[in-house]
Amino acid sequence: MSEQPATVISSDAQPRLPRGVRLVQNEAQGGWLLLAPERVFKADAISAEILKRCTGEVTLDAIVDDLAKAFAAPRERIHADVVKLLGSLADKKLLEL
Amino acid sequence: MLAVEPLPAPLGLLAELTHRCPLGCPYCSNPLNLDKRDDELDTATWSRVFREAAALGVLQVHLSGGEPAARRDLSEIVRAAREAGLYSNLITSAVGLTPQTLAALADAGLDHVQISIQDSDEASADHIAGYDGASSRKRALAAEVVRLGLPLTINMVVHRANIGRIEPMVELALSVGASRVEIAHVQYYGWALKNRATLMPTREQVDIAVRQVEMLRAKHHGRIVIDAVAPDYYARFPKPCIGGWGRRSLNVTPAGKVLPCHAAEVIPGLKFWTVREHSLSHIWLSSPAFSAFRGTDWMQEPCKSCARRDQDFGGCRCQAFLIAGDARAADPVCHLSPHHAMVEQLAAAREDIAYSYRHS
Repeated sequence: MSEQPATVISSDAQPRLPRGVRLVQNEAQGGWLLLAPERVFKADAISAEILKRCTGEVTLDAIVDDLAKAFAAPRERIHADVVKLLGSLADKKLLEL
Repeated sequence: MLAVEPLPAPLGLLAELTHRCPLGCPYCSNPLNLDKRDDELDTATWSRVFREAAALGVLQVHLSGGEPAARRDLSEIVRAAREAGLYSNLITSAVGLTPQTLAALADAGLDHVQISIQDSDEASADHIAGYDGASSRKRALAAEVVRLGLPLTINMVVHRANIGRIEPMVELALSVGASRVEIAHVQYYGWALKNRATLMPTREQVDIAVRQVEMLRAKHHGRIVIDAVAPDYYARFPKPCIGGWGRRSLNVTPAGKVLPCHAAEVIPGLKFWTVREHSLSHIWLSSPAFSAFRGTDWMQEPCKSCARRDQDFGGCRCQAFLIAGDARAADPVCHLSPHHAMVEQLAAAREDIAYSYRHS
């Protein structure tokens, strides 16, 4: 995911997983997975924390605030990580804004 | 070698619900001997198979055929997949699937729909499918999928008759609202093998097509996902045998046989167990057909000592048998195979003869 996402996410966007994209936990496959059309992505613990918050009811700003609080990490860094992850997922049609 | 490692859990189950299909596509990957309607598994058995698959670690079930809509119990089957916790993907020709049935499938929890198109040119598309009016029905149903809010993949099988129209086919997918396109060059098994001389593109056509896919990916980045299956007769290295034999996926035939891949029945001597007699996990772990080419112990040279052996798994076992006559040989598509020249000869043996349509 080194490439810069084509999708830019504004701070008041309310990201959500579209129909056909599901975040599930599966022990046999070793953790959190994002199920999508013909594809399965392994989500690390932090990505899963981000995706769990993409309910369509919370703004990007609120998600970042929440994560910064939960992980006691600098807001700017969290913001950069979240925008990059969600942007690349939106590029792949795995996220709606 | 002393090692205790868990056998990896399969990710995907290809559920061939029926071999019945209204279309006659000459590249169909179904076997030449199709399972009969009377032999098809019933709803309850499929439901059990889905529960066993989920327990085994399977995440996604691909409801395929033939044409899955030929089954009257399709929405019950979708519901059973959902209740088992599986992600369900309907692979359909869209012919014979009504908007009413589609809505019922969406209600039952269907996750994703894949519709095949044969060409962007309607007359050519209907000719390839062997069915008048197929193309317009597909377009109408694709629009219906999008209207219901289901994610849509358009699958286009590419061969000599349509390889020059990849761009308009992608435009068509965009125009109906697909979020994903699958550009699949024909793989030569089943009916496709029978029609190989008619379907095979030239190397020049393939090179142009590969460049075009790259161009289209860049052009539509962020708008539509474009996945491509390589034309392996012109490749240097083989495709990685469904991610490794008995490693990532399994396939249940309409009559209930469990295969490591849809083509595996062409390999003589393999014994396939059926879900009528065994649980899916018992078959996955213990059936001789799944054990036959699992791992790397079965390999011969040049695969045995090859640096890519854990990457492409010696290529396709079915193709090794079909071309080299030995299922343990390297896939002859590989340039390191002693039989590689045969692949070049077969690719060059093109002939403009009428399709031998798939028929039940």
